Amino acid sequence: MATVERAALRWDYAPAPESRDAAPLKPRYDLFIGGSFVAPTDGTVVETRNPATEETLAEVAFAGPGDVAAAVDAARGAADGWAALPALERGKYLFRIARLIQERARELAIVETLDGGKPIRESRDVDVPLAAAHFFSYAGWADKLQYAFGGRAYEPRGVVGQVVPWNFPLLMAAWKLAPALATGNTAVLKPAETTPLTALLLAEIVQEAGLPDGVVNIIPGDGSAGAALVRSEVDKVAFTGSTAVGKEIQRALAGTGRGLTLELGGKSANIVFEDAALDQAVEGIIEGIFFNQGHVCCAGSRLLLQESVAEEVVRKLWARMERLRVGDPLDKNTDVGAINSAEQLARITEMVEAGEQQGAVRRSVTCALPDAGYWFPPTMFLDVAPANRIAVEEIFGPVVSVTTFRSPAEAVERANNSAYGLAAGVWTDNGAKAFEVASKLRAGVVWQNTYNKFDPTAAFGGYKESGFGREGGPAGLAPYVRLGG
Amino acid sequence: MSRSLTPVNRVGVEERAAALGRRSIKTTAKREGIRLATSMIDLTTLEGSDTPGKVRHLCAKAVCPDPSRPELPSCAAVCVYPSLVGVAAAALEGSGVAVASVATGFPAGQTSLKVKVDETREAVAAGASEIDMVISRDAYLRGDDRTVAREIEAVKEACGSAHLKVILETAELPTYAHVRHASELAIAAGADVIKTSTGKASSGATPGVVLVMLEVVRDHFERTGRVVGVKAAGGVSTTKAALHMLVLVKETLGDEWLTPDRFRIGASSLLNDLLMQYAKLDGGHYGRAEDFSKE
Amino acid sequence: MSARQAVAKTYKLYLGGAFVRSESGRTDPIGGVNVPRGSRKDVRDAVKAARAAAPGWAKKTAYNRGQVLYRFAEALESRSDRSDEIDEAVDLLVHYAGWTDKLAAVMGGVNPVAAPFLSFSSPEPTGVVAVLAPDSPDVLGLVREIAPALAAGNTVVAVVSRTKPLRPLDLGEVAGVSDIPGGVLNLLSGRLDELLTPLCGHRDVNAIIDATYDDDVAKTVDELAAETVKRVSRPSPHTDSLTRLEPLVELKTAWHPVGS
Repeated sequence: MATVERAALRWDYAPAPESRDAAPLKPRYDLFIGGSFVAPTDGTVVETRNPATEETLAEVAFAGPGDVAAAVDAARGAADGWAALPALERGKYLFRIARLIQERARELAIVETLDGGKPIRESRDVDVPLAAAHFFSYAGWADKLQYAFGGRAYEPRGVVGQVVPWNFPLLMAAWKLAPALATGNTAVLKPAETTPLTALLLAEIVQEAGLPDGVVNIIPGDGSAGAALVRSEVDKVAFTGSTAVGKEIQRALAGTGRGLTLELGGKSANIVFEDAALDQAVEGIIEGIFFNQGHVCCAGSRLLLQESVAEEVVRKLWARMERLRVGDPLDKNTDVGAINSAEQLARITEMVEAGEQQGAVRRSVTCALPDAGYWFPPTMFLDVAPANRIAVEEIFGPVVSVTTFRSPAEAVERANNSAYGLAAGVWTDNGAKAFEVASKLRAGVVWQNTYNKFDPTAAFGGYKESGFGREGGPAGLAPYVRLGG
Repeated sequence: MSRSLTPVNRVGVEERAAALGRRSIKTTAKREGIRLATSMIDLTTLEGSDTPGKVRHLCAKAVCPDPSRPELPSCAAVCVYPSLVGVAAAALEGSGVAVASVATGFPAGQTSLKVKVDETREAVAAGASEIDMVISRDAYLRGDDRTVAREIEAVKEACGSAHLKVILETAELPTYAHVRHASELAIAAGADVIKTSTGKASSGATPGVVLVMLEVVRDHFERTGRVVGVKAAGGVSTTKAALHMLVLVKETLGDEWLTPDRFRIGASSLLNDLLMQYAKLDGGHYGRAEDFSKE
Repeated sequence: MSARQAVAKTYKLYLGGAFVRSESGRTDPIGGVNVPRGSRKDVRDAVKAARAAAPGWAKKTAYNRGQVLYRFAEALESRSDRSDEIDEAVDLLVHYAGWTDKLAAVMGGVNPVAAPFLSFSSPEPTGVVAVLAPDSPDVLGLVREIAPALAAGNTVVAVVSRTKPLRPLDLGEVAGVSDIPGGVLNLLSGRLDELLTPLCGHRDVNAIIDATYDDDVAKTVDELAAETVKRVSRPSPHTDSLTRLEPLVELKTAWHPVGS
C-alpha cells in the first residue's frame, strides 16, 4: 500500500513570488533637487518598465540641461554648510540612512527587482544589505578622517557629480554617495536610464533622514543628462559604467583639473587549477558569470581551465547550468532573472552570434523563457580562439567563454592578456600557488577560491582600462578629498 | 600508505548549502515535500530504555503516521537496536515498512570485528533488511583506511541480502575533505548507503556534510553508474530542516534521487513536526505538540 | 707649456641602461653643447625598455629597491658638482629609499569583511610611468618626480628639462653606476611638442606625471591619457610624498576563504 504512494511522489517548488503589495509605487517620481521632489523644467517624463514583463511601473522625470544645472547649484549652495557640520553629526545622518535602508529593505528589494530584472534573491540578500552596510561603514569614517590619510591635511572637494549604471542601481548609488558625504561633499547623482526607481526611493530616505536640503540631489536621466553633469561645474566626477563612456569622460575633463574616478568594464579571468576543490570551483564559476545575469563589471567571463580537469569541470558546469532556475525575477527561487533592457539583450545576442561566426562552439541551456520581457539563456562557449570577440570584449550577459591552459605561467599570461584589469578568480587548494598567481595577475580584485565577494571595507577597482580610483575601505575616501594642500 | 584527500573548500560548501536552505518552499510544494520527507524517514528509537511496547507503537506510527490523514505515506523504515528487531519485524510484517537495525557496536564501534559480524548476522536473522553500521573512527583517524574498509566488507558480507548503511559519524571527522574521503572509502568497500551520523555525537546531518556526501554519490554514479543512497541522520528535527535536505538532494543529484530508495532521513522527533506542519497547511492554524503521540 | 685641451663630453640619451644618440641623429645646440633631440622612435624604444624592465623591478623585494635608491643617492652625493639643489635631490632620494617597504603598511591592510574571508588590500606598481619633468629646477625637478615612481616599483620614461637638459642627462650616468637595472629609468632630451604625443599617447604607458605646470600641456596630456585610461597626476613642487606615491600604485584586493 505505502509503496505505491511513494512512487507517485514528485517534487518541484511551487511558485513563490514576492508580494508586490509590499512595495507600492507612486504613479510618478520627480527629480530630487534641493531637498524636494520637483518637476523637470526642461527635461521630460518617461515611463520606466519592468524588463521581465515590459509593463510600465511608473512615470519618472528625466532631467534636462537646466535641471542638471539646478541640481549642481543646489549642491553648491549646500556645500559649505555640510562641510562645516561637526563630523560626528555628518556621520549620524549617514548612520540614519543605513538604518532607513534596513527598515525599508523589503520594499527596496522588490522595486530593485521590478525595475532591473534581477532575481529577488539577489536584491534581497546582496544589493540592499550591502547598500545599508556601505552607508553604515562610511558613516563611521566621517569623524575619523584625520586617521585615514596618513596625517595629511584634507578638505572636501566640494560638489561631486556621480553617474551610476543599471546593474546595481541602489548599491552603486550607495558606493558613490556614502564616501562623498562622509568626507563632507555634496552630491548630484544620476541613476541609469533604465533603473531610476530605487535611487528615487533612496532620495525619499535622504529626505526622511533629514539631510540638509541640497546635500544630496538625485536626477534620473538618459546619457545626455550624464554628459551634462560630468561637464558641469562640479569639483569631482565619479563614474561607473562602460569603458567607452569612461574614456569620453576622461577626455571631456581634460585640462580642467577636476577630480575623476572611473570604474569601468572588465573581461575577468576565472582560473581553475587541477588541484582545486572542483565542486566549489563550479559554484564559483556559476556565481562568477550568472550572478545578476552576468550584468556585472567584474563577471568571471573568461573561464580558464587547466587542461587535465577541463573536461570534468565543463561536465560539472553544464550539469549545474541546467539546474539554474531562469524566470520570474520576483520568484524567490529564481536564480537567473531578466536581461535589463531590450538594448542589452540585442547587444548580448549580437556578441553571441559573432562568437559563433568566429568558430566558437555555443551551448545554451534549454529552458522555457517567458514570452514577454527580455531573456537570454545561460550560455557557455567552448573552443574559443583567443582573438574571438567573445574572448576579448565585454558581453555583460550570462555568457562564459572557456579556454584551457597547461601551466600557472600560461594561465597568468592569458589572464593578463587583456586591455582590462578589474578582477580575477584563482581556484587551487595550494596556498602558495594561489598567492603567487594572485600576485602576478594585473587586476584590482583577486578572489582566491571564491568569486564576486564585496564588502564596504574592501577596496574595489581596476587596473588598466578598467578604470582608476578605488571604492570601499579607506582607499575609497581619498578621491573625495583634496590632500596635502 | 599516506592518504590523498580530494580538496573541499569549507566556506564554499557552507555557502552553497546555506543558499539552498533559502529556497522558498510554499503551499503545494510544502505539502508534497512533507509527504516526501515522511516517506523517507527511518523512524528511529535508540535508547537504553526502549521496550517492545514502545517499538510496537513506533511501528504503528511508521505504517500510518497520522490516521486522520491517510494520504500521508508510511515511513521508509523503523530503526532499532538488534535486540528489538524481532519485535519490529513482527509489527511491520506486510506493511512495506522496512526493519533497520543498528549494529557493529553502535554508536562507538569499539568492539572486535568478530562481534560486529556476529551482531550483524543476528540482526539480519531476526528480520532486519537494513543494517546501519558505524565505521571504526579509531582506525580511520589513525589513518588505517585498510582496517576500515575490511570491516565494511566483512559486515557487508554478513548482511547477505540486507542493505548496508555505513555511518561515517562526520562530527568526529576533522574536515569536509575527510567526509569526502570517508564517503569514497565506504562506497568502494561496498556500502549501499552512506550515512552521516549516529545521532549520539555532538552534531549530525549538517547541510554542508550532507551536500559533500551527495556530491560524492553523484560523482560515483557518473563514473560507474552505480546508485548509492545517502542517509541524513542526527539533528534533522524540523520540517524546515527536512525540506532543506530535500532541496540539497534535488539540486545536487536531481529528482531521481528523491525517493526513499536513494535518500533517507534518520529521525525520531521530526515526524511529529512534519505532521504538525501538514495539519497547519490543512487547517490554517498552528498546531501543538500534544496533538500528536510521542512515539 | 701649452694649456691642456678639455675633453668635451658628448651628451646622450639614457635608454635601456645604455647611453645612445637619438635614433634620429638630430641634436639641438643648448649652452654650446649638441644635445640629442629625442624622436618618436626614441620614445618607442624607451617605453619598450621600460616595459621589459618592469616585471624584474616590481619583483624585487621592497628592501632591495630601497637599497638601490639609497645607492642612487650615494652616487649623486659623491659627484663633484654639488650644490644646494643637488643636496636636496640627494635628500629626496634618501627619503624615497625609505618609502619602499612602508607603502603597503600605509596604503594597504587587512579588510575586516563581514564574512569568513581573509581580505587584504596592498599596493602594486602601476607599471610604466611617463614623467614630464619641469624645465626648472632641472635636476631637483626631475628627481622629485622619478623618485616616487621608482620607489613605488614602476619603471620610468622621463622627458628631462628642455631648457637645461645637461645635468639631467648626467643623472643617467649616476643611475648607471648605482645598481638601477637597465631600462628601469630612461631619460630623453628633446622638444616637448615632439615627444608629448608619442609618449603620452603610447598605449603601453600606464601613468603620467605631468610636472610641466602648463595648462595647454595638461589638456593635451589628459586627452591622450583617455585613450587607454592612463592615470595622470599633476603634483606641485610642494606636494607631499604620499600624495605623489598614491597615483603611481594600484591597490589590489585579494580574498581568501578561511576554513579547513
